[in-house]
Amino acid sequence: METFVFFYFASIIVVTAGFVVALKNPVYSALALLVMFFHVAGLFVTLHAEFLAIIQILVYAGAILVLYLFVVMLLNLKREEHFHGQFIVGLFLGCVLFAEAVLLVLKGETTLGGNLSASAAPLELTRGNTESIGELLYSTYLFPFEVASLILLVAMVGAVILTKKGILEAKS
Amino acid sequence: MDVPVSYYVVLSGIVFSIGLVGVLIRRNIIIILLSVELMLNATNINFVAFSSYLGNLSGQVFVFFALTVAAAEVAVGLAIIIALYRHSASINIDDFRLLKW
Repeated sequence: METFVFFYFASIIVVTAGFVVALKNPVYSALALLVMFFHVAGLFVTLHAEFLAIIQILVYAGAILVLYLFVVMLLNLKREEHFHGQFIVGLFLGCVLFAEAVLLVLKGETTLGGNLSASAAPLELTRGNTESIGELLYSTYLFPFEVASLILLVAMVGAVILTKKGILEAKS
Repeated sequence: MDVPVSYYVVLSGIVFSIGLVGVLIRRNIIIILLSVELMLNATNINFVAFSSYLGNLSGQVFVFFALTVAAAEVAVGLAIIIALYRHSASINIDDFRLLKW
């Protein structure tokens, strides 16, 4: 059963990821990415990461993708711009990288599987997933958490500055 | 856990490769940013799978940070796209070769 669920989510993720790259219209690409985000969230639920599944839907599908769709509709593109001239080279590089990943996984299968089954302890289910993550976030990872807030502030200021009129306009 | 962790690694490898190919072959800057999101999601799948299999929640905290960085990247990236579009009324990557001579 678990294997079947995994293969359902995995196949949908791979197919929609292919659509994101292959489709011509940016709106369709963004919608394919939306479907992919939902299935990645489903995969997270099967891995007992319920908090991240909800965050994935809220942040990615709710905020990031809406921003993309806004920009696509704001720019109102008319010209067809599809694949680059370096199509073959890009495809070849992607295949090489993927083959390398598969090779490494196959080679490390024995050691990886052995180590994992030896130390595989199920996550403690006495407390909720959200509670455990929150405790970890505010104790061990307190400093990275603060740095993340700083990154968000910098991104916000940067976005406002970049879209301000009169900064990147053509000098005439 | 029926599904071995290597399945998740291969899945994220596939998604990462698709994202990389998308960055390399597409002309539209918006699609290139979407492909970067694909690559970030591939690493997130990996993090969560290993976190679940090792019984350690730190991986999920790192996915949380990756999400923060992705949100910041999208905000700045889309602002740059809008500024570029204002500059030359195009978001074709071939039109921007200021730094190439």
